[in-house]
Amino acid sequence: MAQLFHRGANNIAKASLVLAVVLGGLAFFAYTYIARSSYLTGRYVEKQQPVQFSHRHHVGDDGIDCRYCHTSVETAASAGIPPTQTCMNCHGELYADQEYLEPIRASFRDNKPIKWERVHDLPGFAYFNHSIHVAKGVGCASCHGDVANMAAVYQENTLQMEWCLSCHRDPKPNIRPKSEIYNTSWDSKDITPEQQKEVDEKISKLRSKELLTSCSTCHR
Amino acid sequence: MRDVQEIRDEIYPPMVEGSHDYASVTDKISDYTLKKRTPFGWFVGFGIAFLIVQILMFTVLYLLITGVGIFGNNQPIGWAFPIINFVWWIGIGHAGTLISAILLLLNQKWRTSINRFAEAMTLFAVACAGMFPVLHTGRPWLAFWMLPYPNTMGMWQNFRSPLMWDVFAVSTYATVSLLFWYVGLIPDIATLRDRAKNPYFKFIYGCLAWGWRGSARHWHRYELAYLLLAGLSTPLVLSVHSIVSFDFSVAQLPGWHATIFPPYFVAGAIFAGFAMVLILCIPLRVWYNMKDLITDTHLVYMGKIMLATGLIVCYGYAAEAFFAWYSATDFEVYMMYNRMWGGPYWWSYWLLILCNGISIQFLWFKRFRESAFWLFIISIVVSIGMWLERFVIIVTSLHRDFLPSSWGMFAPTIFDFSMFLGTIGFFVALIFLFVRMLPVISIFEVRTLLPEAEVKRHGYDHEHGGTGSIGD
Repeated sequence: MAQLFHRGANNIAKASLVLAVVLGGLAFFAYTYIARSSYLTGRYVEKQQPVQFSHRHHVGDDGIDCRYCHTSVETAASAGIPPTQTCMNCHGELYADQEYLEPIRASFRDNKPIKWERVHDLPGFAYFNHSIHVAKGVGCASCHGDVANMAAVYQENTLQMEWCLSCHRDPKPNIRPKSEIYNTSWDSKDITPEQQKEVDEKISKLRSKELLTSCSTCHR
Repeated sequence: MRDVQEIRDEIYPPMVEGSHDYASVTDKISDYTLKKRTPFGWFVGFGIAFLIVQILMFTVLYLLITGVGIFGNNQPIGWAFPIINFVWWIGIGHAGTLISAILLLLNQKWRTSINRFAEAMTLFAVACAGMFPVLHTGRPWLAFWMLPYPNTMGMWQNFRSPLMWDVFAVSTYATVSLLFWYVGLIPDIATLRDRAKNPYFKFIYGCLAWGWRGSARHWHRYELAYLLLAGLSTPLVLSVHSIVSFDFSVAQLPGWHATIFPPYFVAGAIFAGFAMVLILCIPLRVWYNMKDLITDTHLVYMGKIMLATGLIVCYGYAAEAFFAWYSATDFEVYMMYNRMWGGPYWWSYWLLILCNGISIQFLWFKRFRESAFWLFIISIVVSIGMWLERFVIIVTSLHRDFLPSSWGMFAPTIFDFSMFLGTIGFFVALIFLFVRMLPVISIFEVRTLLPEAEVKRHGYDHEHGGTGSIGD
């Protein structure tokens, strides 16, 4: 009678034991990377908008303040997306005949809002409020990156819970003076002694780490 | 004067009856799997169990589509059928581990003919138990959140929660039980591989046997591995159900917060487990004509263990009542009064006492202990009783909250029952498959029980006519 298994079956059996451990371990590490990859988080992916709007041009070159368009950032949960009328404040005059601004004019004519693509999309079960972050001294750049130098805005951070918690557990490095909140290119090394005093006072008024990381702070 | 053999048989009753030798034992057990045509009754039994599995499937599907609202648990009875059934199933598994590990270390030879399917029973019971915590959340695909891994939420599990300890206890238990069962199966699978005629079965059994050839080195390693696994399993018999009991006793709820809980739960688990082993092996040995291998002596021993553990459980009931009174705490005293007389669930408590306390008293008598029929009936009554025990502990403790405004009643839905029934069907279906596909009794271990396996001291035995193995 022929042998049931080929001679090499012994090696296959032994290798399968080693491979099970090695592949299992690799799969585990692969998972930890894939779960944080921009493929899953959308990080660094530039979103194409219905109009070629450049933050670099409007904020970086022209020096328009964030709040000119995102009007409710200091008072409400949502920073606010500007209506077409805000665009038309300038573009009723400037480049009023440019082809690529036609969607803006059409929107204004037809009274139909432009469908901007949302770049930072938090899940519905996470409660986020812009105004409290600004009031406590967190600048735009801490979450959104250097928007003043982005032609097309992309998501600077993963927006995963571990990222939120990294700051809620230790907010100090992200507290900046009030004057620099909307300066997305500000370097904390440039801080002046007066500003440092202001920041220290702000830090001293922060809620405890326990409160900041309590479940119901963000999941209400 | 009685001769040596007679006394010996009284102290160590033979665990294999009839005139068996090595070859006949191997033939008999392996033929259940390989030679015998599948009996018609097998198809009937498996078919019924399989239909009940479909009830489980439907319930799970409906659960996933609709959500956990299909179950009857609601405030104040936030825990009900899912955890009752979880604890019931996980308890049943304990007998298998006790038989295979503790009785091995205690050198109890009678374990050898029942350990294989008792261990299988453990595995299947743990599988049924595991379904409840995973499914009762309504989102089983997120069950892996219970495991500590570097997740993107930046959080660890709450390691101070006994429910978390449960995850580790039960997953360890399932893993060790599976390994123990499988390692014990390897020599027998090799026997099936060598005897199978069908090339596909030969190949499958060959893969599962991992090249077992039965060399002295193989046996040496096998014995070592088996002993180590027995050593690993032994503490699990005590720890797993202790940790399950922490789910309750760590909470500061009258009726749950009692120090007696861990030993009382462990005894209850072994009690329920032996009842289930008896429920399975009494019909099995009739249908498969195994009375020579699973002898009446086995049943008597299991009956005695049931009596002993049942009495410990009764002590637990008494201790609960005593400590409620001795605590002199209004809430504790009220809880016990409400559970026994005052509350709407008084009947469940007395039914429990009837099933677990009164029924086992019959086991004091030889007549009941030695009758397979009565053992079967008592085992079924005990299984019901152990389910009621968890019902009483969970529902009667929760339905009267500290504030009368939060009092309520528990109304199970049809899905509570269909899920429970479904897991029973799943369990029975797996048992049927196991009996058909793998050696249901350990072939090589039963062979060590035969007179042939005893080392003969020739000179002495010839002179005195005994086998000379008393006390070995």
